[in-house]
Amino acid sequence: MVHSGINVLFEGSNFARLMAGLWTSIWIAAISLIIGLAIGIIFGILRTLSNKFIRFILRVYLEFFRIVPTIVLLYLVYYILPRTFHVNWPATWMAVLAFSLWVAAEFSDIVRGAIESVPKSQRESGLALGLSKIQLFRYVLLPQVIKLELPATINLATRVIKTTSLLLVISIMEVINVAQQIIEANNQQYPTGVFWVYGLIFILYFVLDYPLSAWAKKLTNERK
Amino acid sequence: MTEEILKVEHLNKFYDERQVLHNINFSLKKGEVLTLLGPSGSGKSTLLRTLNGLEDYKNGSIYFHEKKIDPSPKEWQILRQKIGMVFQSYDLFPNLTVIENVLLAPVKVQKRDENEVKEEAIKLLKQVGLEQYLNAYPRELSGGQKQRVAIVRALAMKPEIMLLDEITASLDPEMVRGIEEIVELLSKRDHMTMIIVTHQMNFASRIADEVLFLEDGHILEDTPGKEFFNHPQTQRAKDFLDSMDY
Ligand SMILES: Nc1ncnc2c1ncn2[C@@H]1O[C@H](COP(=O)(O)OP(=O)(O)OP(=O)(O)O)[C@@H](O)[C@H]1O
Ligand SMILES: [Mg+2]
Repeated sequence: MVHSGINVLFEGSNFARLMAGLWTSIWIAAISLIIGLAIGIIFGILRTLSNKFIRFILRVYLEFFRIVPTIVLLYLVYYILPRTFHVNWPATWMAVLAFSLWVAAEFSDIVRGAIESVPKSQRESGLALGLSKIQLFRYVLLPQVIKLELPATINLATRVIKTTSLLLVISIMEVINVAQQIIEANNQQYPTGVFWVYGLIFILYFVLDYPLSAWAKKLTNERK
Repeated sequence: MTEEILKVEHLNKFYDERQVLHNINFSLKKGEVLTLLGPSGSGKSTLLRTLNGLEDYKNGSIYFHEKKIDPSPKEWQILRQKIGMVFQSYDLFPNLTVIENVLLAPVKVQKRDENEVKEEAIKLLKQVGLEQYLNAYPRELSGGQKQRVAIVRALAMKPEIMLLDEITASLDPEMVRGIEEIVELLSKRDHMTMIIVTHQMNFASRIADEVLFLEDGHILEDTPGKEFFNHPQTQRAKDFLDSMDY
């Protein structure tokens, strides 16, 4: 039993290091979501206005972030920004930047879709009561939009959390990166350690993402 | 002389290239009920929507209390507080309760005292038999109940004119009568000035002081209500009334 793989988790500070890695993933995801959702709601509203130029630009922005794989995006901010634009931020900030822009793009589309799916007659009966455009948005459209978009937003959050596993490509000490190091360092002593380490990571991601995804599912079902 | 509230002069309305209202002229006195009749597609809804600033118009003028309306969004926003409108599809706000639906505009737009408006709103809701539903959400109400709330919501603004566009058309037949009674009471008891679009000829003949008969965006007749139903002047109007078999 001494050499059972599970012990790799408790060797030295391994467990604490994994947890620290997880924490890095969580805060990068959380801050990116906060920034991205804030920008995304503004972009989403702008995309429902009649200005064709703004709509075109934001559409291009969305398509760019949709088409470019996240891993390429991370390389872009990590390698191009410092060299070309002399931005020398720590890698974690670069990750927050890339993720925020990506979340903003995805969320702008969710917001636009939700605003457009509120029936036109809601807008008209609000206007007919003398509400200003801003009051109409604040009291009538926004509450309905939030309700409509919530499941998609939660799903986006789970995707962001999962995608933090790519951060190892720009050398961020997130949980997968830590895991790699632990596995390599203990390969001799615990040949089966890899199963235990990744098993633990599986459970950690599951614990983070499952409640969110169950919540989104519940909201979607309630609407039917 | 009764006061003239609304006057429309030489109004033309286009959807893109297509003209849907041709040279519309009429006026409306305080307390008068004007009924718009005409076949489907004749422009009745478009005319009502134009009078509430939901549609722009190419040329012509609309006067409210003898003052020409400047058709800007700002001016329409102010005027809509005096010109209430109820639609066929009774669009209550689903995120708000019945009482919140009614209070929203008086409190937020007219900045009236919430308690005072609430007292009035409850009185109005009582009159239409909805006092038990103050805190219900629209999805918990029947079509007829929703339409009553929509009427109360418009009335809570204390409008000078009410525009009603086929407000019974989506209701089950047994609900129609109740709504019609509410509208008739509004006219007879409160002397509310109204423009009503309806396909219910019995109702129209009871309530109309004046009838505008439209076809293809033209006013073919502008006749006092009694006379229109007894002796329509044009053959088109005769045919229309015959086809309605009321
Ligand atoms: N948003 C729009 N865009 C283009 N054309 C429209 C629009 N709304 C209405 N029309 C057209 O304008 C004309 C008048 O329509 P309107 O809805 O005013 O008729 P209506 O008399 O209210 O008919 P109904 O009795 O069926 O309600 C119709 O030919 C219709 O096709
Ligand atoms: Mg119509």
